[in-house]
Amino acid sequence: MADVTIIEGGRVIDPASGTDGVRTVVLKDGLVAEVSERVERPSGATVVDARGRWVTPGFIDLHVHLREPGQEYKETVASGARAAVAGGFTSVVCMPNTKPVNDTLAVTELILARAAAAGLARVYPCGCISKGSAGEELAEYGELKAGGCVALSDDGKPVSSPALMRRALEYARAFGLPLTVHEEDLSLVGKGVMHEGAASTRLGLKGIPGQAEDVMVLRDIALVELTGGRLHISHLSSAGAVRAVREAKRRGLPVTAEVTPHHLALTDEDVAASGYSTDFKMSPPLRSAADVAACREALADGTIDCIATDHAPHSAVEKAVEFDAAMNGITGLETAFAVCLGLVRGGALTERRLVEALTASPARAFGLPGGTLARGAPADVAVLDPAAVWTFDAAATFSKSANSPWRGTQLTGRCTHTFVGGRLVHQVGGETR
Amino acid sequence: MIGRQRHCIALEDFSRDELELVLDLAVSMKEVLRRPIKKVPSLRGKSVVNLFFEASTRTRSSFEIAAKILSADALNWTSASSSVSKGETLIDTARNLEAMRPDVLVIRHSASGAPRLVADHVGCAVVSAGDGAHEHPSQGLLDCFTVRERLGTLEGKTLAIVGDVSHSRVARSDLHGFTKLGARVRMCGPPTMMPAGLAQLGCTVHTDLREAVEGADAVVMLRIQHERIGDPLIPNTREYSRLWGLNSKKAAEWLKPGALVLHPGPINRGVELSPEVADGPFSVILDQVQNGVAVRMAILYLLAGGDPAEARA
Ligand SMILES: [Zn+2]
Ligand SMILES: [Zn+2]
Repeated sequence: MADVTIIEGGRVIDPASGTDGVRTVVLKDGLVAEVSERVERPSGATVVDARGRWVTPGFIDLHVHLREPGQEYKETVASGARAAVAGGFTSVVCMPNTKPVNDTLAVTELILARAAAAGLARVYPCGCISKGSAGEELAEYGELKAGGCVALSDDGKPVSSPALMRRALEYARAFGLPLTVHEEDLSLVGKGVMHEGAASTRLGLKGIPGQAEDVMVLRDIALVELTGGRLHISHLSSAGAVRAVREAKRRGLPVTAEVTPHHLALTDEDVAASGYSTDFKMSPPLRSAADVAACREALADGTIDCIATDHAPHSAVEKAVEFDAAMNGITGLETAFAVCLGLVRGGALTERRLVEALTASPARAFGLPGGTLARGAPADVAVLDPAAVWTFDAAATFSKSANSPWRGTQLTGRCTHTFVGGRLVHQVGGETR
Repeated sequence: MIGRQRHCIALEDFSRDELELVLDLAVSMKEVLRRPIKKVPSLRGKSVVNLFFEASTRTRSSFEIAAKILSADALNWTSASSSVSKGETLIDTARNLEAMRPDVLVIRHSASGAPRLVADHVGCAVVSAGDGAHEHPSQGLLDCFTVRERLGTLEGKTLAIVGDVSHSRVARSDLHGFTKLGARVRMCGPPTMMPAGLAQLGCTVHTDLREAVEGADAVVMLRIQHERIGDPLIPNTREYSRLWGLNSKKAAEWLKPGALVLHPGPINRGVELSPEVADGPFSVILDQVQNGVAVRMAILYLLAGGDPAEARA
């Protein structure tokens, strides 16, 4: 008997193949063998009872920080991959701002070796746009691509030089690699630590206007027009950036975008309500209610293609300090589904679009395998209980860090089983690996 | 306790009753200040630690005198550099000082929110002596006290606050204090010094000085930080003082009779205020200094466990 798993009785939501209904999913030899209403149970198959649950393609996160090499006290490839599968993510693209940065084959290979040893989520490295992420010279895209990088980014930093950005977009065309970009004009950011508005004024914290993002998005869209390069906007957060991407898509330019669960769920007023909690400090910052509304609408209508977590683990030492001094970023892999499901309950998003934004859309944006349960696709599957009530607990997180605004909060919706290549790698209540 | 407040961190958190509790008690405290022997045993055996990460001789001395008049032991702990740069966290520093068992920790810090962070990690009462561009609650209270003392009430009065509102913790505390006590507030300054969403905080926003001060019952002139020049918020102090500074000619023509001019000090003479106005009939700047001690006595007394009824008797 081959390695067969049958997931029975669940509601299969697979936007890529247009499926939404109760089906049985058969996983065999690492691939999706069948999705149908009636299936004979082969003897010896592992059977998962998914009644009352959703069965979806495993989620794909185009933007995570795994911190290895260099800051293994915050996260390792293995711990990050463990957190990923706990959240239903079967593939993650890891940003290159490690120490050293991923601008050489050696670092790419190290990440892939660690990921293979962990044997959990599929980890796709992202290489640097510029050497050392210094924003001056192009990195070796040919070598990075050959090593296994699927995209390029200087994330953590914007590419400030328009001339370098132009050459990067042009040069990357030869390798078919998208550039995923952190969009901020640093002179407009200044010493800002949160979104600029009434909340920052009340708190006396230096503000960052949404326009710091807008002007870079507009610049880079202009450069896409010049070069024909592939541009993916990382963690889009402002209404102005939404308008710019909508217009670029209308004109048929090769531009895609992602938004994080926190930029869809929280505003700058939540920073104020938290009493300077550094778990609400991230880059780009939590924006105004109007920006959040624009992002939700854009995600619903497809202007923003996908949801990415920007999972950014930091130790307590780097967060238990003055707001001005705290590191940017929050963890997100384990809370993403529940937070986004809150948007569905609030009417901002349909169930189908939510699943699409976590599966088919990111796969398409970076040309990654997976993102569908079509026959013959990789057997990467998430089984989700949309009614499960649980508390996101710092002690129980699989990440090495617990910097999250949802720490200690009760959430609804949880991944109960995760399969990667047909193998059960996560099960609620059972330590699996 | 000040009403429900265990700490004195932001006037934004205060109710009108809580503000009035401090101001009423400060009236009795000012009485003590005017006695020939300025010492009462109210806080004997209590200790107050002044933890200043930013130099401020005036505010620190004011808290220190307030503590001593009430017979509390006052310890000054000054740090030239921020604790973060020494690799010691603010929380560590506060916990170390707390091990000396103070009743009140007075903290001044350049980062907004620092006193809140400390308050979340120590057991004693925390008083903010100014944090970043957030609040300076004792200054806000002393400004409320000074206006109330001269005008009888803030209810229905119009107050103008002029200068670099963006970077001013005094402006924020004054705004919350004044509006909670029933006054209308006009904020005025160069547009580059008016922070985003200011009108949403319950004031009107002006760029024309005359429009802001005409008919106002009191005007708070904020101190212009010289390091802001070249920031690039204003071209130079000359243009600033011409457009947003108060000299005796403007004061005579625009201010209504009996209007008050306040300034948190120290004054840049000739920039925000001409010397004739700073020392002239409208000025209540020296009252502010004395009232500052009375207000801080009231704050320390309440937070160190004093009973307001007893202090008034
Ligand atoms: Zn980024
Ligand atoms: Zn990132």
